[in-house]
Amino acid sequence: MADLTLENIKAESKNLNFYYGGFQALKSISLPVADKKVTALIGPSGCGKSTFLRCFNRMHDLYPGNRYEGSITLKPDNVNILAREVDPIEVRMRISMVFQKPNPFPKSIYENVAYGLRVRGIKNRALLDEKVEEALTGAALWNEVKDRLDQLAFNLSGGQQQRLCIARALATEPEILLFDEPTSALDPIATASIEELIAQIKNRVSILIVTHNMQQAARVSDYTAYMYLGEVIEFDVTDSIFIKPKKKQTEDYITGRFG
Amino acid sequence: MIEQNLRAPAVLTPTKANLSMTRSRISHIKERLIELVLLLAALSSVAITLAIVVILVKESWVFFQGVPLKDFLTDTQWTPLFDDAHYGILPLLSGTLVSSLVGLLIAIPLGTIIALYLSEFASFRMREIAKPVLELLAAVPTVVYGYFAFLVVTPLLQKLYPGLPGFNLLSAGLVMGVMIIPYVSSLSEDAMRAVPMNLREGSYAMGATRFQTALKVVTPAAFSGIAAAYILAVSRAVGETMVVALAAGMQPNFTWSPLEPAATMTAFIVQVSQGDLPHGSIGYQSIFAVGLTLFLVTLCFNLLGFWLRRRYREVY
Repeated sequence: MADLTLENIKAESKNLNFYYGGFQALKSISLPVADKKVTALIGPSGCGKSTFLRCFNRMHDLYPGNRYEGSITLKPDNVNILAREVDPIEVRMRISMVFQKPNPFPKSIYENVAYGLRVRGIKNRALLDEKVEEALTGAALWNEVKDRLDQLAFNLSGGQQQRLCIARALATEPEILLFDEPTSALDPIATASIEELIAQIKNRVSILIVTHNMQQAARVSDYTAYMYLGEVIEFDVTDSIFIKPKKKQTEDYITGRFG
Repeated sequence: MIEQNLRAPAVLTPTKANLSMTRSRISHIKERLIELVLLLAALSSVAITLAIVVILVKESWVFFQGVPLKDFLTDTQWTPLFDDAHYGILPLLSGTLVSSLVGLLIAIPLGTIIALYLSEFASFRMREIAKPVLELLAAVPTVVYGYFAFLVVTPLLQKLYPGLPGFNLLSAGLVMGVMIIPYVSSLSEDAMRAVPMNLREGSYAMGATRFQTALKVVTPAAFSGIAAAYILAVSRAVGETMVVALAAGMQPNFTWSPLEPAATMTAFIVQVSQGDLPHGSIGYQSIFAVGLTLFLVTLCFNLLGFWLRRRYREVY
């Protein structure tokens, strides 16, 4: 880990421990998130990759009994986003998230995308129109939905709904975008379009993605961390992880002998 | 059982095979019998409903032989006990609508706010305590609410507004509203709690506050359930009898003011059922026409509720 030096770091976790009540789910995780790159988290079920991801937008704060130790420092202002005095809402304003299952709100397509902007108090219709179009275009959805922006988002297909969720997350111009297995509920064609989209938006936003699918990690990410039982076993440039992993454990997982 | 039957020809002797055949036939008949009993149970409720509707319509028909439908719908007096009898439903309808409206103005906002609080804001402990206590409100007999309205709430209101008569729609409506709160809050809360967590998480992840999430995501997602709760509240308010009979008086009065005494449709039915009017007279027959009107009003609201549920069905 230490031997890899990243030129531009967007965020960095240091000695992060996380507890669900009495159970320690993350053990002293130190990991950088590269700026405007895709970092993938892989590992078997229950290894803590989603738990780690959800630390970045303080999702764990929604449930009682969860506890963080250590830090995640967000650049450039070096704020520890896990600190008690930092408002989780402030964190979520800067770090957005796309979930495993598409979760559009029971609103129109337009209002789904505008949601984050409205939450931030933007009321100017012209500005909203502009941002919504921009976000939908950015999520490669504009051409498909521009004639039915006022229709319920539930009427879209699963893949379209997920791209809508990406548009919703992009609309507020977050600094980091978290993806929690974004294609696990989608068919191969929709999966391909989401992966293509990730490649397109990574020059605008730093991306941290959890995936069960190793091929997906290899295809979309620049860096990969292999996690097991709450620890980061190995972190490196994606090509190195997949071609010549340094640790036996990583190799076993990647070659399918384990996990 | 099935396995036995499959193997029977090869392994078992013919007598044993026959035995298992009869056993399976008996169990088949038993199955059918159970099915029949369940069907009858289900049909009984349909049959009873139909019987009620048939009787209401038949007896109303007799009433409308004596009183033209036009008079029933447009006459502004309801005086079946007078020599110069008038049978205009409007005074009873206005009494029902005003008391219901007052009740719903209390029950719907309060019930919704309580539901939002319990579902989205309250801690687990708080919810476990508050919910059963709230549901206790529904367990109080309505007649208790009735004299509570008449003996406690009306005197209190008279202090605020000295000209208020002893019987009035306001006091009845207010107390009825409190009585209906648990129906609104409990059903709405169930609907809100059924909204999947990933929808809430989506909202929080966008930087929304709890309040914004509750109002902009949870409430619209639970809309059909909340609407069903409102409709039930309307039906309860329109059909409520004891509170209005005790606290609003039994004097038919065509008014839209909650500060006046008035009789509702239900209160009138109670009055006549007690035997003030001789059997078979037009006046007696009138309760069926009133009952039918009441039935049609609640039916309309139930249909509206059905339509709303279909229209805004949750699709997660």
